[in-house]
Amino acid sequence: MTSSPGEVYLDNAATSWPKPPVVLEAIKDFLENAGGNVGRSGHHRSIASSRAVSLAREQLSDLLGVESPDNLIFTKNATEGLNLAICGLAVDGGRIVTTSLEHNSVMRPLRDLEQRGHSSVEVVRADGNTGEIDLGEWAARLGAPGPCLAVAVHASNVTGVLLPVAELAQVAAGCGVPFVVDASQTAGHIPLNLTALGASAVATPGHKGLLGPTGTGLLYLAPGVEVEPLIRGGTGSLSESEYQPDFAPDRYESGTLNSMGIVGLGAAAEHLRTVGVEHVQEHLTALGRRFRDGLAGVEGIVLHGPADPADSVGIASVNIQGVPCATAARLLDDEWGVMTRAGLHCSPAAHRSLGTAPEGTIRLSWGEETSDRDIDVATEALRQVAGRARSTEPARTFA
Amino acid sequence: MKWGGVVSFFASEHAMRSERVLQRAGLPARLVPGPREVSPNCGVAVAFVWEDEPKVEQALRDAKIRFEAIHRYELDDAGRVGGVVRTPAVEGAE
Repeated sequence: MTSSPGEVYLDNAATSWPKPPVVLEAIKDFLENAGGNVGRSGHHRSIASSRAVSLAREQLSDLLGVESPDNLIFTKNATEGLNLAICGLAVDGGRIVTTSLEHNSVMRPLRDLEQRGHSSVEVVRADGNTGEIDLGEWAARLGAPGPCLAVAVHASNVTGVLLPVAELAQVAAGCGVPFVVDASQTAGHIPLNLTALGASAVATPGHKGLLGPTGTGLLYLAPGVEVEPLIRGGTGSLSESEYQPDFAPDRYESGTLNSMGIVGLGAAAEHLRTVGVEHVQEHLTALGRRFRDGLAGVEGIVLHGPADPADSVGIASVNIQGVPCATAARLLDDEWGVMTRAGLHCSPAAHRSLGTAPEGTIRLSWGEETSDRDIDVATEALRQVAGRARSTEPARTFA
Repeated sequence: MKWGGVVSFFASEHAMRSERVLQRAGLPARLVPGPREVSPNCGVAVAFVWEDEPKVEQALRDAKIRFEAIHRYELDDAGRVGGVVRTPAVEGAE
């Protein structure tokens, strides 16, 4: 999988591309040489499939610092993991405290619980440019009387800025409040040790920084944390019982798994272990600096997010004065082959917090395979679009 | 190979992990369809050489793998079953 000439993929925050060749090979090998249903039968194709999925769970546990693979649940995406954790840990009549930078994968389940009178929702403001959050307010809200759940994003999907989740987790632990982390933009982009992080639950997609195929995701549940499953059904285990198993991972994995996707994700985890996530992080930071340097001082370009890309995870958000975001994204793709994402990025709260609602931003997000040249093409394209906006006939140019 | 023992599990995930753990410990092990008279819970079991039984149990406990029970069970690679000698041999809660 390689880019076509003239093609620059900068939408890795939506899903990463290209995937490492080992991912494709693992999926092909699985479909050819395994292909049975996981945990359902005793024949050799079923066993081969079960072995492959179990190995993938182990590979991902090793990558993410999870002591027992039983604590890592396969989901179809981060959204499913977040719903499972949030709905499972929110107490009827309790409060849920979160940040102003959340994606709708968090905000929609929270607002739904609020709308149905299940929980009240309290939002602590976090700065979308710096990642700063008032830890005193966080502690005060978590420490208030009554049952409480805390939820926070690890890095904003709009600006990439990192939030101090270790500190947020420490406060939550001190208050005895369960804490759910949305690691959608950080897993695979910065080294993670989920055991050491101290959260009750961490959700991540498999198809972004972890470089697996779409349709894969993970939910880490800390030892001792049990939640109600979202769905119930066949697991291959306890077949004689009409009741859901009470042990992980089966309790949370009813129905046939996306086994080929999971096997691809396991291969991606091995790839990341070989490459070293710390090297991926360095690469993303270097690209971020190149991007900001390439646009420094360009009239009409507004850069959001932290001044030092080391404080973010390979995401930049930009506005071009006088050019609607959707128009700019279309021009970038049509004329330079630069693929970005324009708009609100399913994060209206984060954009309101950043002051970029309702127009949104043009988001550019890089990954392990992004090159210096890709960044240079993107910055040159942005410069040229900004230059046109300063020309005499912007209305005609950007109609 | 004459195996002589099987470990039964609640979840197939644990059977898969056990096979890897035992093999990495240098203990012969293979996944087999779970004998019905041993356990109805999970479709697969892990066969091992009965003489290794103490090491097998220790390896699984060290790896914190949840197993249902360890059984004396005569089984060879041709699929011949010599009958259950004693079941369960060891209760295996985590």
